Amino acid sequence: MRQILTLSLLFSTIRLSTPLVLAALGGLYSERSGVINIALEGLLLAGAFTAASVTYYAHNPWVGLGSAIVAGAAVAAIIAVACIRYKADQVVTGTGINILFIGLPAVLSGALFLSSGSTPQIPKENLLPVLSRFLPFMPAWRVFTDVSIISLLALVVVFVTRYVLYRTPFGLRLRAVGENPEAADAAGVAVNRMRYVGVIISGALAGIGGAYLSIGQSSLFTRNMAAGRGFIALAALIFGKWRPVQTMLACLLFGFADALTIQLQGVPVSVKILRLAILLVCALLGWFITHQLTFIRSALTRALLGITLGVAAGFSILYFATRGLGMVEIPVQFIQMIPYVVTIIVLAGFIGQSRAPKALGTPYQKEK
Amino acid sequence: MKLFKEILFPLIAVIAAFIVGGIVILIIGDSPIQTYKLLLGSAFSWPDGIGYTLFNATPLIFTGLAVAVAFRCGLLNIGAEGQLYVAAFAAAWVGMKFGAPDPGNTFVSQIAHLPGIILVPLCCLAAIAAGAIWGGIPGLLKAKFGSHEVINTIMLNFIAVALLSYFTQYHYKVPGDPIMQTAPTSPSANLAHLGKFIPGLPARIPLNLAFILAIVACILVYIFLWKTKWGYEMRATGANPSAAEYGGISIRKQIILAMAISGGLAGMVGINEVLGYRHRYYDGFSANYGFVGIAVALLGRNHPVGVFLAAILFAILLRGGIFVDAFTMHVSKDIVDMLQGIVIVFVAAEAMFRGPLKQFGLLKRAKV
Repeated sequence: MRQILTLSLLFSTIRLSTPLVLAALGGLYSERSGVINIALEGLLLAGAFTAASVTYYAHNPWVGLGSAIVAGAAVAAIIAVACIRYKADQVVTGTGINILFIGLPAVLSGALFLSSGSTPQIPKENLLPVLSRFLPFMPAWRVFTDVSIISLLALVVVFVTRYVLYRTPFGLRLRAVGENPEAADAAGVAVNRMRYVGVIISGALAGIGGAYLSIGQSSLFTRNMAAGRGFIALAALIFGKWRPVQTMLACLLFGFADALTIQLQGVPVSVKILRLAILLVCALLGWFITHQLTFIRSALTRALLGITLGVAAGFSILYFATRGLGMVEIPVQFIQMIPYVVTIIVLAGFIGQSRAPKALGTPYQKEK
Repeated sequence: MKLFKEILFPLIAVIAAFIVGGIVILIIGDSPIQTYKLLLGSAFSWPDGIGYTLFNATPLIFTGLAVAVAFRCGLLNIGAEGQLYVAAFAAAWVGMKFGAPDPGNTFVSQIAHLPGIILVPLCCLAAIAAGAIWGGIPGLLKAKFGSHEVINTIMLNFIAVALLSYFTQYHYKVPGDPIMQTAPTSPSANLAHLGKFIPGLPARIPLNLAFILAIVACILVYIFLWKTKWGYEMRATGANPSAAEYGGISIRKQIILAMAISGGLAGMVGINEVLGYRHRYYDGFSANYGFVGIAVALLGRNHPVGVFLAAILFAILLRGGIFVDAFTMHVSKDIVDMLQGIVIVFVAAEAMFRGPLKQFGLLKRAKV
């Protein structure tokens, strides 16, 4: 276990969370304005492909990053026009964009680079830099600074978003059109214009996330390289209750699960850890179940009852299931599932209430 | 006139998508006319073109129907992908465990040796039931906790993929097999290829009885939705939930039922894939059938006849894609994904065609 819980796990978590944070914050701007953004996956892919191909030709990652932002915003503008102007179903449009960006990058890279879906390798000096390039630390500190500049940017964006959302008139209006567009309209806010802005910002941020995938974390674009990260970002947004800092923490948790998956691949761990994990899961499950028993008034009683029952159930499972085991291999698939299971549990209202912006998903029709 | 209007928008959306696709092809440097000739024309040769096109259409009919039924109840099932995976695995599991073993399977032990006449229907039922359960879960979550079925079905897609990959890798893969697939199913679980019954159709073409089942499913869905009380209640719930509730219909029951039926229909893809084609569960076999099903349902106006026709159209594209890959200079078969994505966006945003159509007098101005 000690080899697993090292600093490298921490930095791996930061690296893997970065695209999630950017995409999820993008989703936050869109969804807070009332437009469901299920196309984060497609936007990540659009950004990743644009960044890789432009950097390949321009030999400059900043140009690549800039064009990824433009590409993300442009694709988001298409979504915005379809959903806001023509009142298209937001989920269906998003799904269309996701399918489009499985195909389009592959078609273009086939034509540009004569390959089936990937761009050529970009030399290391043309990739987005890691922080150690700017900091004259001793080599021993390298592990601390082997983090991309985009990770730092993501952190900044989180706090900027928090400030913008809760401390500026723009943020107030954005939240207002997502919660109660009629009232916002009556107060003189241009509802649809705010929504256009929200969706386009979301595309730009997801574009940065995509650029990080192709010219930050790796050195080329490969077919479908977002690999479901857009959907995990969506899950993190829900888990984070549509709030910037909580969303970032959710992304870090999901990134941690991802990092753990990589580290645990094929590594046998002591059965004690497995037992501990099963007990923990059982205790939580017991708590969730008893949480439903509203006839028990005190939440504390419910929690204690549930945890006790869960631990008891866990012990009995352990007694039969793990007798005589020494070292076991934890199937990584179960760790991969964590973000998705957590999201379903959160959405069902087990861990506090996660409430979506009230007008999420409904186009706004001005009263005539 | 009503029929004309029903056909008009899907037709315009497809044409518009082809125009946009044509521009992309032109930019890439190929001839759009030649590409489209290959894309659309390759499907009509006998027997290969037609045989493979109908085989490709089979899963799309099932997923299209699945999405359409849920749509009629006002629900969006983006989870057909996960449902069909779970169903395919269930069919393969029953096929492995309950029939005389395939010579290639010396690994998975049998529970019973059933003859084909019992085993095949049992496998089909297992697929439908597994799909219905996997689809019913988000229905139940929506009915009980009000959590959005779109997010839950997306999450369940990922959970299904991870879970099945675990079962395949750790329990049902023949040791040493480098491919992520289960041991082969019993030969008595094989579904006959249509080549057996149709003279001139060679048996190597995998078009099988599942296609007939797909046609039957279309008819049954039509009868269910428009000729039974249950179907009426389901459509009433979709059209106006509060009015339906006022009329004494239990919306919760309808939601669970619609999602379960939808999941069961998606699950029938497993019959085509496992019993009719691969004779084993193969990790990641689905070519986005679940998502393309959304396009099929939308283009088919959520009507079984429309779904059938739209599925054939997309199957023609899938077949043609192979020839585009081989016989054009730059365009790859990914053009099919691209076109599908654009079609979805255009169908969703059909309002954009309404203005110009009114101008040309093709559509009467709506009386308000």
